[in-house]
Amino acid sequence: LKEFTDRALNLAQVRGATYADIRIVRRQTQNITVKNGVVEGLSDNESQGFGVRVVVDGAWGFASSAHLAPEEVDRVTALAVQIAGASALFRTGHVRLGPAISHVGTFRTPVQIDPWEVSLAEKTGLLLQADEGLRATPGVRVASSSLAFWRENKTFANSEGAFLEQEIVETGGGIEATAVDPERGEVQKRSYPNSFGRDQRQEGWEAILAMDLPSHAPRIGEEAVALLRADPCPSGVTTLILGPTQLALQVHESCGHPIELDRVFGTEASYAGTSFLTPEKYGSFRYGSEIVNMTADATIPGGLGTFGWDDEGVPAQRVPIVREGVFCGYLSSRETIEQLREILGDRAPQASGGAMRADGWNRIPIIRMTNVNLEPGTWTFDDLVADTEDGIYMEMNKSWSIDDKRLNFQFGTEVAYEIKGGKMGRLLKNATYTGLTPQFWGSCDAICNADHWQVWGTPNCGKGQPGQVAHTGHGTAPARFRNVQVGVIG
Amino acid sequence: MVGEQRIRAISDGILALSSADQTEVVVLANDSALTRFANSTIHQNVAETDCEVRIRVVLGQRIGVATTNNLEEVALAEALNKALAIARLQPENPDFQSLPGPLPIPEVRSFSEATAHCTPETRARGAGAICLLAREAGVVASGALTTGVLEIAVANSLGTFAYFATTQADVNTVIMSDDSAGYAEALALDVNHLDFEAVGREAIEKCQRSRGPRPLEPGEYPVILEPYAVQDFLQMMTYTGFSAVALQEGRSFMVGKIGQPIVDERISIWDDGLDPDGLPLPFDFEGVPKQRVDLIDKGVARGVVYDSYRAGKEEGRRSTGHALPAPNTFGPFPLNLFFAGGDASLDDMIRSTERGLYVTRFHYTRPVEPKQVIVTGMTRDGTFLIEKGEITYPVKNLRFTQGYLEALNHVERIGREPRLLSAMGGLACQRVPALQLSRFRFTGATEF
Repeated sequence: LKEFTDRALNLAQVRGATYADIRIVRRQTQNITVKNGVVEGLSDNESQGFGVRVVVDGAWGFASSAHLAPEEVDRVTALAVQIAGASALFRTGHVRLGPAISHVGTFRTPVQIDPWEVSLAEKTGLLLQADEGLRATPGVRVASSSLAFWRENKTFANSEGAFLEQEIVETGGGIEATAVDPERGEVQKRSYPNSFGRDQRQEGWEAILAMDLPSHAPRIGEEAVALLRADPCPSGVTTLILGPTQLALQVHESCGHPIELDRVFGTEASYAGTSFLTPEKYGSFRYGSEIVNMTADATIPGGLGTFGWDDEGVPAQRVPIVREGVFCGYLSSRETIEQLREILGDRAPQASGGAMRADGWNRIPIIRMTNVNLEPGTWTFDDLVADTEDGIYMEMNKSWSIDDKRLNFQFGTEVAYEIKGGKMGRLLKNATYTGLTPQFWGSCDAICNADHWQVWGTPNCGKGQPGQVAHTGHGTAPARFRNVQVGVIG
Repeated sequence: MVGEQRIRAISDGILALSSADQTEVVVLANDSALTRFANSTIHQNVAETDCEVRIRVVLGQRIGVATTNNLEEVALAEALNKALAIARLQPENPDFQSLPGPLPIPEVRSFSEATAHCTPETRARGAGAICLLAREAGVVASGALTTGVLEIAVANSLGTFAYFATTQADVNTVIMSDDSAGYAEALALDVNHLDFEAVGREAIEKCQRSRGPRPLEPGEYPVILEPYAVQDFLQMMTYTGFSAVALQEGRSFMVGKIGQPIVDERISIWDDGLDPDGLPLPFDFEGVPKQRVDLIDKGVARGVVYDSYRAGKEEGRRSTGHALPAPNTFGPFPLNLFFAGGDASLDDMIRSTERGLYVTRFHYTRPVEPKQVIVTGMTRDGTFLIEKGEITYPVKNLRFTQGYLEALNHVERIGREPRLLSAMGGLACQRVPALQLSRFRFTGATEF
């Protein structure tokens, strides 16, 4: 492949690029869906191609193609240079990338059992077994279970001397039961191990074995039907304990996105929005209570935001984001860290935190979450519930909405339980809670310990134009929040 | 562009090689470019050339799908073999009946040479026009301008071959000041039909009028919704109820309501892939010609859209031409929606409002309860208070939690100028009017 990368980088520089990089990417995916006893979808997919990114006359250009051949490399490189020239027609400043990046190396996801070596019969058999368990409870109208496998091989090279080869393997799976009450026209659903299809990890087939979908299926079916008969979540201000997967979503939306430095600098304004965490807040803004510590860590084994180097060739890092409640870090790129340094000087980090990730060969890298985590606290879950006189426990996301600066949010969960006198009580349905990000995290007074802490995978984070889907990780343990508005249903 | 001749050769080659009982080849060739601007300058500028070949094989009632974008003969044969291996190794799907046979495809045109051959410089000048207007006005522009050609072909072993090439050009912009924002967008087949300066002026004017927003107590207010906001009604009703899969699984708000009034009698919503007022697409991803489907007619629930698999689950039902590419567990989907216009202007609506809110656009909306289409989301890019028939001042953004069906039962007026808007990241389009509703529930507020 070096022949192709050298060809593109040389031609780009000959045509006037002051910086160039190329990524050659081959992505294989396999998706299996079983619904109500039938294999409804089973596909094996492969996409390959390359993308060339250049800076010409201080402006960016990018072109990509699925056809990996020498003459196409020439055409695409020339097009990238032409596009950069067009960008320069209306530029107001020059792209600055800071110190050169010239790492050489390889990275591979450690995998115990290659998911492509497991037979389709075993995979569909497992899902059909889970499907049967989901439908064991009368009232389950739709049983759905799925597996997803992903392998991406990518080669990155830049005009500064970097040459990196990486293989990322991901494995995901999940089950979902939908119960319908035709009399009242009501629909409820329960999922395992996470909602919206699956949890996903940078592991092999061993991740699916650990989920043990069939043994959880009967319980998920029963809970979906039980929700039809449950009381609705009351409306009011109360103490809220969030379970681990809902907390992963809370971290993703209210911490992960607002710390993206491209949002902060307005380059996502037209689509996803901007951020309330503006540069003057860096290092001093009280984001949460003193027990709240958050990190962006691209080195955690199993996390979907784990890699060797990002798509600018910057090494994976662990970046502090919130320390003892104070906002202290961003997700950054080479260009945005230079912009931050212009504002903050030496108070800003010296180099990119390594968060540039592209969704395949045909997309440019943009700032994406790695593994953005709420660090564990000191409580056991049982002690946390026992210490809560009156409140609600909510778990597993059902709906999520947040404003374009990431302040006002309203989230709903699949399931909730009343807490009275330090004990879990009746099941509640249609639970929602709402708040403003800093006030919410400021009300956090207890976080469970490392024994309860797990990294969850979010394989569906959308951002950018043209649209890109990123796979991000979030480590969380259950946590408690005081004085939260719950039960907004409209 | 790959071209019909080469695509036909690719699909013929795969069909000839296949040992399956039935075989389908879907080719999606994409040549697109996007110029993105922010801080009133171009910061991302990208182009893509791709061609995906999607092979579905049927062995009895066992189905396998494989895709590749490598067009070499060896790679295509490998993809076919993968699809066959998948089909062999899975249980039969008793609900599957057959791939659709060949049907006459209506002739529609949806192609612009100017869009197909749009240069990076033309796109830069379009984006630049908006950036320059913003700089002159002392505000900041961000947005994206896309041009592209999409070729779609469907061939199958029953004799179907359908090919269509379409172009699309769209531009959207958010204009921001220190404390306000405005939005505008436009969509056309022909990039020369996009008036970049008009789009820029609309958003700049909205941004300027939004300056100095004041807080407003959440609560129930009459509202005027611009088409950008009304589009969300179509998107949410599509996700929760307009597909046969939602109806058959009992999840749709249409369950048990077909033939009954569900919204105001002035509301009509339909899907029509052949209407030149949209962006026509004459057949679906199974090669079935698009039919007009009346979803809601004069307030009465009339039906949902079908693909061949979902139609096969109902006696006597046929596909309406709304399949997505296989394997499609998401179900059939309406890609060309129309919301009937009325006779009111935005000025009529404002003049007739004693006290209410004017909303430009919604942001990050999500269904809270699908059966009643209860949705939560935020206002964005220009929200105003109306008092005594006039817009009095901008207000800070509000969160709403509102049943959309309920809202469509409180219609005061419907706009007379529906706008064509892009949906699903450019895969779909919707023509929608403005709406005046007598009540809409705002449940929270934010700080800007």
